[in-house]
Parts: sequence; structure tokens; C-alpha cells
Amino acid sequence: MTAPTPMPQQQPYWPGTAGPDGYVSPIPVREATLGDAVKAEWTKIRSLRSTMWTLGVMLVVVIGVGTLVAVVLAARASGTADRTSSALDLGFIGVLLGMLPVLTLGVLTLSSEYGTGLIRTTLTACPSRTRVLAAKAIVYFALTFVTTLVANTLVALIDQAALGGHTDYRDTAMDWLRATAGVSLYLSLLGLLALGIGGMLRHSAGAISTVLGLVLLPLILAMFLGSFRSLAAKLVEYSVPAQLSGFYPAANGPGGPGAGISLLIAAVLTAASLAGAHALMSRRDA
Amino acid sequence: MIELEGLTKRYGDKLAVDGLTCTVRPGMVTGFLGPNGAGKSTTMRMMLDLDNPTSGTVRIDGRHYRQLHNPLRTVGALLDAKAIHGGRSAYNHLLCLAQSNGIDAVRVREVLDVVGLTPVARKRAKGFSLGMGQRLGIAAALLGDPQILMFDEPVNGLDPEGIHWIRNLMKSLAAQGRTVFVSSHLMSEMALTAEHLIVIGQGRLLADTSMSEFIAQNSRSFVRMRSPEGERLRDVLSGAGITAVPAADGALEVHGEDAEHLGELAARHRITLHELSPQRASLEEAFMRLTAGAVEYHAHPNHQARPPEAGWGADWQKKGS
Ligand SMILES: Nc1ncnc2c1ncn2[C@@H]1O[C@H](COP(=O)(O)OP(=O)(O)OP(=O)(O)O)[C@@H](O)[C@H]1O
Ligand SMILES: [Mg+2]
Repeated sequence: MTAPTPMPQQQPYWPGTAGPDGYVSPIPVREATLGDAVKAEWTKIRSLRSTMWTLGVMLVVVIGVGTLVAVVLAARASGTADRTSSALDLGFIGVLLGMLPVLTLGVLTLSSEYGTGLIRTTLTACPSRTRVLAAKAIVYFALTFVTTLVANTLVALIDQAALGGHTDYRDTAMDWLRATAGVSLYLSLLGLLALGIGGMLRHSAGAISTVLGLVLLPLILAMFLGSFRSLAAKLVEYSVPAQLSGFYPAANGPGGPGAGISLLIAAVLTAASLAGAHALMSRRDA
Repeated sequence: MIELEGLTKRYGDKLAVDGLTCTVRPGMVTGFLGPNGAGKSTTMRMMLDLDNPTSGTVRIDGRHYRQLHNPLRTVGALLDAKAIHGGRSAYNHLLCLAQSNGIDAVRVREVLDVVGLTPVARKRAKGFSLGMGQRLGIAAALLGDPQILMFDEPVNGLDPEGIHWIRNLMKSLAAQGRTVFVSSHLMSEMALTAEHLIVIGQGRLLADTSMSEFIAQNSRSFVRMRSPEGERLRDVLSGAGITAVPAADGALEVHGEDAEHLGELAARHRITLHELSPQRASLEEAFMRLTAGAVEYHAHPNHQARPPEAGWGADWQKKGS
């Protein structure tokens, strides 16, 4: 790293004037808006290598695993293929893995500012906690939705091209919509939920563990609930992986409550998480 | 103009700031002094609405910080130079701050230039030295060309040239009619830059006065006298109604008399003097004396257990008298 050059000027060159009530800046002032905050958050999120890495890993995992499954199955598809399932189902495994970087990025979007202390600078520039949280949520949601949509659509096209001819299942437009936009929306909502948890806990590692716990705990609990079969079944049905499988036409998993209900549940939980983060940000010292 | 009214902050059972009422005026540098843990940073955080006061208010030009439409255009603050994300470049760090307040990106290059960070603008802040981080923080404070500037220990980590630069910067900012509020532990540093002083100790206001008044009141001057006939000198002085305090090395210290008068007095009584020197207690000592009762975190170089009220400041009083 090169040393900074010596301080150049002794005279500050701002042409402002000392008015009767103090200094008057020559730079025009216009009221800052939510749009300005969104622009700032976009600069923040795109200027970090960790964002690129996290989303890059998500793209590689979703597209890579989706393609790999299609290629392997296509190679031995001739005799043994299950002719009742949809080619779209093959995207599920990749998405299940790709969910982890999406949730991690969600947590980090807010918790990393507390970890570094940057939040104090951010709130000095924009004291409205509502605006800061809204801008972060908008930017994270838009970025995640677009990238996951690209990944899911590509995988759907690849899987259809490779295996569409080996099955009797005819995908409807709704099947396509659920497996692409539906899955992307669900993942982005879960990511926002993670963002809220990051804002409530303020500690990256702790918040990531909590989010992973929420995703995995129902399945693990169900394994230990052998004697309470109906409860165990409910836990499995409403676990995140099962709900996610419900977005695919005929996946042979446990099946969730269905895409519509899953999205509704995710939206309600996300709203609660963001409301919690907002309440704590407004009340606690930064 | 910043007005504090009964500002109080309690952390658990620790009273960090205790009923602080004062005004920071435009057109001058106001020094904010206090020993470690006095509550300076806490006060500044409350001014920026980062910490919620337990009670009391802060008004920035008559308004609450949260009511400012473009906070960076009104107040520029350097609180903690480490409050950045190390993975982001200096340029991008400043750019997102500028964007959040609708400030043109041209201004980012301007302030980078002012603090001398242009050559490393695209480098990630993780690799910055303490002083470079401090300069980045100063750049962020100047970004909105604000009317009020607040610096928490700005010289921390700067090299002598940087210190010289920031002194001049603060003075010229104040000369433009801005309000400049700067915290420090160093009275000598403030003596060079500040026109007004606010001193706190254990969260309470100890002094709110102009620098020149503070110097006049607090820098005690005295005369050191040393003589082989110390006892006789003392008698002569006390005979003339002058109290002399023995110093550690056997010399005498006389307050409130000028050297000429004391010299003539000794000569009249034919007392040999080895030393007759006017002394001025430094401002640092005056500051330590002022805050003596309010110093919380003492260093105990000789590991002696002491009663809590006899601390660092009391040490000084013993040595000095
Ligand atoms: N977040 C916090 N939680 C609990 N106590 C705190 C917190 N912040 C500050 N304090 C306490 O409040 C007191 C004032 O601290 P503050 O940092 O404001 O002092 P300061 O004057 O800035 O000191 P220094 O000169 O060392 O920077 C200290 O006793 C500190 O321990
Ligand atoms: Mg401090």
C-alpha cells in the first residue's frame, strides 16, 4: 500500500461564505428521499466482494447441480426413468443447497454493519431507521429475486431440454411459474426474514446459526418425535425443505402445504421479522 | 449551533453523562475535554441520535437530529474511524454516504483530495493505517460541506504533519463561520486550536469558558527560590507576610509575588540565592487539577493501594506543592 500524499492545501477551497448565521454552503441542498437511500444501499451491496462471492456460489450451485442431475439422469434415462415425474423437479436439489448463500447474504446485509460499526456512519447519514431498513430490504430483495430467477429459469430450461422427452408428465404454465418465479420469490422472502434476524441479533455468526436452525430444526426434531407421529408429520410438512419441494410439480418428497400457502407463511414471518428489527433498531442504541 | 439541555445517559447503574447543559456556538473551535471515560464520546453519540439519552435533549440549530432532512449537509462527524466496512474502497465508502444525502459524486473526489487519500481511493479500507482511516473519517465529515463539524479525538493516529494540517483545517473551518466541536484529552493540543472550552469529568460539566479566560485563571504562576540558607529565607518571607511552600528538591515556591520583589527582599536581608526563577504551571497541569476529583481510571505506577479519592490528580497536587 502506498502512503497517502502529504496534505495538499492549507486553504480549504470551498467557496462558501460566512453568513450572519454562520457558514452558508454553495452546494445546492435538496431533501434526501428513500430513493437516495436505495441508491446508497445498492452502491454498498455491489461494492463488496463478499456479495459477488455469495451470489456467485448461489448461481454455481443452483445451475451446476441442476445441470449435473439432468445430465446423469439423461445418460441412463432410456429404460428406468420415472415417466410420471416432471423434468422441472430436478431443480429442487440445487435450490436446496443454493438457499444457504441466499440466507447468509440476507443476514450479512444488516448484521455486518453492526459487526464493523459502519451502522453508526449509516445512521448518521440517514437517521430514519425506517428508511435505512426499507432501503436495505428493497435492494437485497430485488438483487436476490433477480439472480435466483435467472438461475431457476436457466435450470428449468436445461432440465426440460435434457429430460423433457423422457417423461409423460406435461408441465402447465403454472408449473413453470411456480418452479421459477415462485421458488425465487420464496427464497427472497426467506432471505428478507434472515435480514431481519440479522438486524435483531446484530451478530453475524449468531444470526446465521439461528437462521440455519429455523430451516433445519423442524426436520431434526421430527426424527426424535417417533412417539408423536402426527406432530412429527406436521413438523416435516412445514419444514422449509418440504415447503420448497411443494413448488415443484411432482417431486416425490414429503410435500409441503403447497406453493400458495408457503408463500403466505413466508410473507407473514418475514413481515414479523422486519417489524422486530425495526422496533429494536428504533429503540436500542446503535 | 448545538444546544445540550440536561443531557443524561445511564448505562445500567453507570451514569456516563450527568445533566450536561451547554451551548456550542458557531464561528469558533470549541474544545471538549475530559479524562478517559468522562463521557465525551457518549455525549457526541447522543448529539447524533445514535444513543438515546436517558433524559435531556440535544438541539441542532433548533431541531432534533432525526428531523434533519439532509443530516450530512448540516452536521459532519468523525466519531470512530474504524466505523467502516474494510472490504469497501475509500471511494465507494464515501460514494454511498454521498448518495444517501443526494450529494453529487464529484464531491467525493474533492474530499478525497482534501485529505490526501486520492492515490489510495480505490484500495480497500481494510489495508489502511490508523492515520489513513482517520483521514477517511475526516473526508466523510467534510462530504456534505456542513455548517457543524464534530470530531472525536481527530489527531488520534495522525503523524505530526497530519496533526498540523488538522489544526489548521479546524481553525479555517471555524473562520468560515462553522461550528467546530472537537474532543481531546490534551489541553496543550486544545490551547493551540480552541477558542472555547467545555470540560467534563465523570459526565458532569466542570468548566464552560473561553480559552483565554481558562488560561488566565488556571495557569498559576509562581516563583521558585533556592538558597543555601533555606530556613532563614523562609523566616524572612513569612516575616513579610509571604507564604512559601517547600518543593520536593528543597527549593521554595512562592505564589502571588513577582520575582523582582522577592529578589529585592532577599538582598535586603543579605541572603544568598542560588535560584530565583518565575515558573508557569502548564495548562496540562491546570487541566489535571480541574479534573482531579473526576478521574476514574488511574494509573498506579508504584502499585500502592490508595484510597479512591487520592488519585492521579492528587498525586500531582502533592508533587507540585
Ligand atoms: N455502550 C456502553 N455500555 C456501557 N457503558 C458504556 C457504554 N459506552 C460508554 N460506557 C461507559 O460510559 C462512560 C463514558 O464513556 P465514553 O466513551 O463516553 O468516555 P470518553 O470521555 O469518550 O472517554 P475516552 O477519552 O477514553 O474516549 C465510561 O465509563 C464507559 O465505560
Ligand atoms: Mg471517547
